Amino acid sequence: MIQYKSVTKIYGEDVTAVDQVSLDVNEGEIVVLLGPSGCGKTTLLRMVNGLESVTDGDILFNGESIKSLNEIELRRKIGYVIQSNGLFPNMNIEQNVTVVPTLLGWSKEDKKKRFEELMELVGLDAEDYRKRYPHELSGGQQQRIGVIRALAADPPAMLMDEPFGALDPIIRERVQDEFLAIQRELNKTILFVSHDIDEAIKMGDKIALMKDGQLMQFDTPSQILQNPANDFVAQFVGKDRMVKSLTIHRIEQLMERYELLDSSIEKGQIATVSKSSNLRDVLSYILESKQQAVHVVNENDEVIGQVDFALVNQYMIDLAEKDEPVVNP
Amino acid sequence: MGNSESTFWRVIDYFQNNIDWILELTVEHVVLVGSAIIVAILIGVPLGIYLTTNEQLASTVLNIAGVIMTIPSIALFGIMVPIFAVINQGIGFVPAFVALILYSQLPIIRNTYTAIHNVNPQIRDAAYGVGMNTWQRLFKVEIPNTIPVIMAGIRTAVVLNIGIGVIAAFIGAGGLGILISQGITRGYHEMIISGAIAISILGITADLFLRFLQRLLTPKGIS
Repeated sequence: MIQYKSVTKIYGEDVTAVDQVSLDVNEGEIVVLLGPSGCGKTTLLRMVNGLESVTDGDILFNGESIKSLNEIELRRKIGYVIQSNGLFPNMNIEQNVTVVPTLLGWSKEDKKKRFEELMELVGLDAEDYRKRYPHELSGGQQQRIGVIRALAADPPAMLMDEPFGALDPIIRERVQDEFLAIQRELNKTILFVSHDIDEAIKMGDKIALMKDGQLMQFDTPSQILQNPANDFVAQFVGKDRMVKSLTIHRIEQLMERYELLDSSIEKGQIATVSKSSNLRDVLSYILESKQQAVHVVNENDEVIGQVDFALVNQYMIDLAEKDEPVVNP
Repeated sequence: MGNSESTFWRVIDYFQNNIDWILELTVEHVVLVGSAIIVAILIGVPLGIYLTTNEQLASTVLNIAGVIMTIPSIALFGIMVPIFAVINQGIGFVPAFVALILYSQLPIIRNTYTAIHNVNPQIRDAAYGVGMNTWQRLFKVEIPNTIPVIMAGIRTAVVLNIGIGVIAAFIGAGGLGILISQGITRGYHEMIISGAIAISILGITADLFLRFLQRLLTPKGIS
């Protein structure tokens, strides 16, 4: 849906911010643009809706060159979320959320209905917040409003520039989870800028890792972690990259693979983990329990199997050998 | 002046005996300063906004406005007289009106320019990002969020002009300056003091009114 065709951005005479980047963002996919500050990731994002011009190359949106599209109309078709403070302080929450529908000339009733739908989506009470102003909200609430403002006119694509960067870690995690749950329903095409490898692994279907304006590797999180393309990638993802890659896999995937489902196990003295836990958390629980294994339980807290350290180890070896990309849950 | 207590009562007496005339002069003063301020706002605010798009012109214009402010008021009024004499308006309302417009430009242009220039870049970015055009960005986001700063400039200009407007009397434009200019010529202290008090009250009242207006115009979300 968004295609970069050897896109280059040069500031002034000779400052190359983005250097010949080509990548495709498919429909319904979250692609995270990841890299250290100054790597060109934000510039790359902002070129899509014309907030930065393209020096060379082209960007296609739905197959059409963005140069041939009306900038203002294009922006209204692409949701845009930035770090907090992107809300308009002079507008109340309802006006903020419905700003794009207002620009598009929706009727009052349609806007009101849409506002209520969106507030429900992020679990905020529409009546309670309608007349309040951004400064009266917490950082997490402001960011939720920022996200639903971008969704208001139901755009097919969204650009998110470190949307959760200003939040403290606990709130950030919660807002990320909420957003992923929303995305599973809405299936938007999303470009997401981050400098945080953990966030990229969690949010991205694919990660585009950048350095000095160049694309270092464009791949699924598990491939980036398990098969870094070069030293820079390996260094950026960190020495603990294999531990990080554990977060991509859920314990239920492992159990299905090895057909470990066994409901005859009695619930005993042993610690339990939910079947949707990731492998990293499972290992942590095993270490914490000071036993060799943990019981896996389903939503109803019934034991459905048992997993130990060796099994997790085996699973990771098998994945690496088969070299198969594992779909991010 | 004799003893100050009796001066006080003589001023009160003067006020009581001449209240109609003082009110008449006050109306003249308000009309002169008010019309000059309205025109000054119509020039200064759009110019201040425009200058945010042209940095080089901005520093030039702000420098010129700054220089105008440093011209002593009596001299500026003096310059206006021969210039407007060309169109037979050398004395009276027109030269005073123009001089007051020139004096108000610096606070109005500078505050507008600074306010719009310093709009939080993230908010401006969001305004672009949601697809606002230039006018929508200006009227829906930039101006509403900078009303207090723009209004502060206008308030400064109004109070400044109420004071400088006194000089207008010396070139025949009337206003409360008459009390002071005639008082000086006639050595009539009560008249001078009455003029000064009337001007102060007018200045304070105007500022209070504008403060109230500012509160009314400032969006709830940023107060």
